[in-house]
Amino acid sequence: MATASTEIRVTPEIAAEHGVTREEYARIQQILSRDPNITELGIFSVMWSEHCSYKSSKVHLKRLPTRGKLVVQGPGENAGVVDIGDGLVAAFKIESHNHPSYVEPFQGATTGVGGILRDIFTMGARPIAVLDSLRFGEITASKHTSKPDAAKNRRILDGVIRGVGSYGNCFGVPTVGGEVAFEPCYSQNPLVNALALGIAKKEEIFLAKAKGIGNPVIYVGAKTGRDGIHGASLLASAEFTEESKQKRPNVQVGDPFMEKLLLEACLEAMQTGAIVAIQDMGAAGLTCSTMEMASRGGTGIEIDLGKVPQRETSMTPYEIMLSESQERMLLVAEKGREHEVLAVFKKWGLDAVVVGQVTEGGIARINNNGRVAAEIPAHPLAEEGPVYNRPIVGPAPRIEREKDWFAFAPEGTNLTSDFVKLLASPAIASKRWITEQYDTSVRTNTLAGPGESDAAVVRIKDPKTGTVKRALALSTDGNGRWCQLNPRLGAMHAVAEAARNVAASGARPIAATNCLNFGSPEKPEVMWQFSQTIDGLAEACSALGTPITGGNVSFYNETLGKSIYPTPVIGVLGILDDASQVLKIAFHNEGDLILVLDGSISSVGGQHAPPLLGTQREFSSSEYSKAIAGIVAGEPPAIDLAAEKRLQDCLVALAAEGAVQSAHDISDGGVAVTLAESSFAPVGTGMARPALSANVALNDGVPAEAALFNERGARAIVSVIPSKLAAVLDTARQYNVAAQQIGQVTRGDAFRIEYKGHAVINSSVVALRDAWAHSLERTLTSK
Amino acid sequence: MKFGVVVFPGSNCDHDAFYAIGNVLKKPVEFIWHQSQDLANCDAIILPGGFSYGDYLRTGAIARFSPVMKSVEKFAKSGGMVLGICNGFQILCEAGLLPGAMMRNSGLRFICRHVHIRVEQTDTPFTNAAQKGQILKIPIAHSDGNYNCDEATLADLEKNHQVIFHYTTSNGSDDNAGNPNGAVHNIAGVCNRGRNVAGLMPHPERAVESSLGSADGLVIFHSMVEALVGAAKATA
Repeated sequence: MATASTEIRVTPEIAAEHGVTREEYARIQQILSRDPNITELGIFSVMWSEHCSYKSSKVHLKRLPTRGKLVVQGPGENAGVVDIGDGLVAAFKIESHNHPSYVEPFQGATTGVGGILRDIFTMGARPIAVLDSLRFGEITASKHTSKPDAAKNRRILDGVIRGVGSYGNCFGVPTVGGEVAFEPCYSQNPLVNALALGIAKKEEIFLAKAKGIGNPVIYVGAKTGRDGIHGASLLASAEFTEESKQKRPNVQVGDPFMEKLLLEACLEAMQTGAIVAIQDMGAAGLTCSTMEMASRGGTGIEIDLGKVPQRETSMTPYEIMLSESQERMLLVAEKGREHEVLAVFKKWGLDAVVVGQVTEGGIARINNNGRVAAEIPAHPLAEEGPVYNRPIVGPAPRIEREKDWFAFAPEGTNLTSDFVKLLASPAIASKRWITEQYDTSVRTNTLAGPGESDAAVVRIKDPKTGTVKRALALSTDGNGRWCQLNPRLGAMHAVAEAARNVAASGARPIAATNCLNFGSPEKPEVMWQFSQTIDGLAEACSALGTPITGGNVSFYNETLGKSIYPTPVIGVLGILDDASQVLKIAFHNEGDLILVLDGSISSVGGQHAPPLLGTQREFSSSEYSKAIAGIVAGEPPAIDLAAEKRLQDCLVALAAEGAVQSAHDISDGGVAVTLAESSFAPVGTGMARPALSANVALNDGVPAEAALFNERGARAIVSVIPSKLAAVLDTARQYNVAAQQIGQVTRGDAFRIEYKGHAVINSSVVALRDAWAHSLERTLTSK
Repeated sequence: MKFGVVVFPGSNCDHDAFYAIGNVLKKPVEFIWHQSQDLANCDAIILPGGFSYGDYLRTGAIARFSPVMKSVEKFAKSGGMVLGICNGFQILCEAGLLPGAMMRNSGLRFICRHVHIRVEQTDTPFTNAAQKGQILKIPIAHSDGNYNCDEATLADLEKNHQVIFHYTTSNGSDDNAGNPNGAVHNIAGVCNRGRNVAGLMPHPERAVESSLGSADGLVIFHSMVEALVGAAKATA
C-alpha cells in the first residue's frame, strides 16, 4: 500500500491541475480500489494525456489500413517496420514536437529529432536518414500578419532549423529532405514533424515487451533531471494561452553527442543476444517505458528509484517518474547475463544500472528507498485508459460567390512578373539556404538530397559486404490549406502527393507513416475535420497500396481558441530496386523533349475534361491564387486515385527502363513551376553546366493561369532524349497514361511558355532562377 | 598495407572513411578505438570527421587527450602517414601536430555543400597522384572550418609549401569566392614540415563515387596507397 505522510495530498483541484477529469479520476479510483497518491496521480495524468493515450483519436485511427504483405510491424510499437528484401527491414516513423518548438524553438526542434531517432534505434535499426516537415506563420508582413509577428515567425524558423540541424549533424544522420510551408494559422502554433528511417536485419528487430519473470530491468543513458516534467500532459495536451511563456521549464533539453554514444552502445549491446526488450524514454519518460513494456509483455515490473542515476539532488518519486530528460533507454535483459550488457555501456562511457526486475502479476511497483511510492496495475493503466468518441459537427456549408474567387486575366496577358512573384514566394522559393545547414551526405548513402529529386533517396549498403543494390525513397507531404477547405479531399491529396513524389524518384511506394496535426478535440468541428481526414487517408492509402505503419497525433494546436488548419502530414516510403536508376528533377541536355504525363486522361485519344467544380472555384485553392491575389477559397482539385496509381506505376517503370532523363511531379504552382524548377540546375555549387531552359506551348480549354498554375494531381513532367521517345510513349500507353509533348529543353537564357499562341511567360531563366534561389535567404537574413 | 581509422566517442564519419578505403579502394582497413594502446600495425592513420566528445569546450580539444593520441603522436613523429579530415584536422591542430587553429565559420552557420579545392603541392603522400593545380569537387559539412593562424605561422606555411589545398571556384578563377567559411588565405588543407601529417576540412571520403555527386576525392586516397606501395618497395 503506497504511503507518504510528507507527500502532497491529492485533492480534486490537484487532479484538475493535472488535466484529469472527474470521470477519469473515478476510473483511477476504480482501477486502484482507492485514491491515488500524488506520484500515482502524476503517472495516470501523463499516461492518460492526449499525447500518450490517443484517447480522442483511437476510435477513428481504427479505420486506417495498417496491414500489407510487406508490413512486419504496424502501429503499436516504437516505429513501423517494413520488409525491404534480402533479409532486411526498414523501420520508420514521423512524429510531432509542435508545442515545445513554439515555447523554445531550438530545444523543441532538437529534442523532436532526438526523440524520433530513439524510436528507430530502440527497434534495433541504425538510423540512416531524417526528414523534417515544418510549418510556420508568414515570415513577411501581410494583411494577416503584423511586422512584429512576421519577425517572430522568422526567429522561430531560425531556432527550429538550427535545432533540427544541430541534432542530426552531431548525431551523424543525414537530414535528406522534408518541406517548409507557411500559413498565417501557424504563427503561434508552428508544426515540427520529424521523420526518421533506419535499417536492420529482419531477425534482429527488437520489440518492447517485458518478458521473463525475474529478468533484470536496466536503465541506460543520461542521468535524470527535472527537465521536461509534464511535457506530455501540459504542453502537448493543452492549447497555448497568455501564460505560455512560463512553460519553458517543460521543454526538454537535448544532447546529440550523448545520443550518438547511446546509439552505438545499444546496437552493440543488442548483438550480445542478452537483451530481451528495450524501449526509449520519450514522452512521460520512465513512466511510459516501465508501464508500456510491462503491459505489452503481460507482466509486472518493480523498480527502485534510489538506483536511478540522477543529476539533481532531492528529486521526488513524482519528479523522477515524470522527468523527460532525454537520451535514456530502459531495457530488460536475460537474468544472469546483465553484466554482458552493462559492460557495453561502460565501454561507451554511459550510465547503466540494474534498477529493478520483471515480476509476475501485472503490477507496476515503484519503490523509493525502501518505501512504495506507487503501485499500479500496468495493463489497465496502459490499455484501459479513457477512450472518447467526441462529438462531431461539420461546419455550416461555405457560401461563396464568384466575387470570392480568383478572377482570371484577359487572354494574352503577360504573366511573367506574377510568375516571378510566385517563384519568390516562401512556399515555392528554393529552400537551399535552410537545407545547407543540414549535413545531407554523412554516411555516404545520399543519392538524392534536398531539391535534387522529388523524394529523398538513400542507398542501402549490405550490412556484411557493403555492396549496394537497392535504395529507399522518402517524401513528406501535407497541405493544411486544402484540408481546411475540404479535409477529406485534402487528406487524399496528401497521400497522393507523397506517393507521387516517391514514384517520381523511380521508387515504388510501399508504406506510409502519418502525423496528424489538429486543433482542440473538444471542438466538434475539429473532430469533424479529424474524422473526415481519417476517411480520406484510409481511402487513399488503400487505393495506392501504402498502409499506415505508425505515426502520431498532435491535438491542441491552437492559441487563444484559434486553431490551425487541419494538417495531416504523410510520409511515404518507397523501394528503388536498382539504386543506379534514381530519377532527378533537373533537365540534362539541349534538345531533350519535354512531356507531360497525365494519369487521368485515357491514353487512347481523349480531351482533358474540364474541372468538375468549375475553373474559378478550383483555382481559388491554388498557391498562385494565394500568392498573387491573396485569395484562399473554393475547393481543392478533385482527385482520381486510380489515375494517381497509373501515373505512379508508369514512373516506376520508366525509371527501371532508364528511359527518361528527368522526372518532376506537378504540384504546388502547377506545370509552370515544375518546368522552371527543372530548368534551374542545382544552385550554388558552381555547376559547370550551360544554362538550360524550356520552350513549351500549352493549349487547353481554360484561362492561361489555370492551365499554367493549376494543381490537379496525377501528372508529372519528364524529359526524354529524342531517340527514346517511342519507348516512353509505349510505356505510357501500357499504363494507360497520356503522354503529351509540350516542348523542348533549350540551351541559353530564354524561358518561354506559349499559351493559345501568346507568349504568356517569356523571361531570362537566370533572372527567374535568381528570384527563386535567393528570396528566402534575403527574407530570413534581413532584420 | 593497412589503414587505420581512429574512432573517438562522437566520431561519425569513421564508417564513411572505412567504407571508402575498404569497399571502394578495396584496401585493408581497421577501426582503432580511442582507448587503444597501439595502432594495430597500421601503415596509415585517418582521424575521421564527426563531433568527437560533442565538440565540448572546443572542437577536437578533448579528443587530443585520448589514449590513442599518444600512439598517433609517436607514429607521426617517426614519419608515419596521418590524415585528419574535418574534425580530424581540428584534433591534429589541437594536438600541435599541425599548425593553426579552427574557428567558427564566418557566416556563423553550419554549411554542407560541394566546394572546389585546388591541389597546390604534389610532393606529399596525400597528393602525389594528383596534378599541381588540379581542381577537386568535394563536400564540406562543418560549422567550425575557419582555419586561422598568426602572420608568422602563415608566412612559414607559405615559405615551406605547407598549404596543400586552397578553396576556389569550379574553374579555379576566384579563390575568395570559393571560400565557404572565411578561412585565412582560403586555406582548405595544410601539412606539417615533415609532409607526413595533413589535415583538410572537406570530406574526400564522401567523394569517391560519382553516384554520390563526385569521385574527385579518390585521388587523395590513391596518393596514400601509392606512397605506401613506394615505402614498402623502399624497405624491401
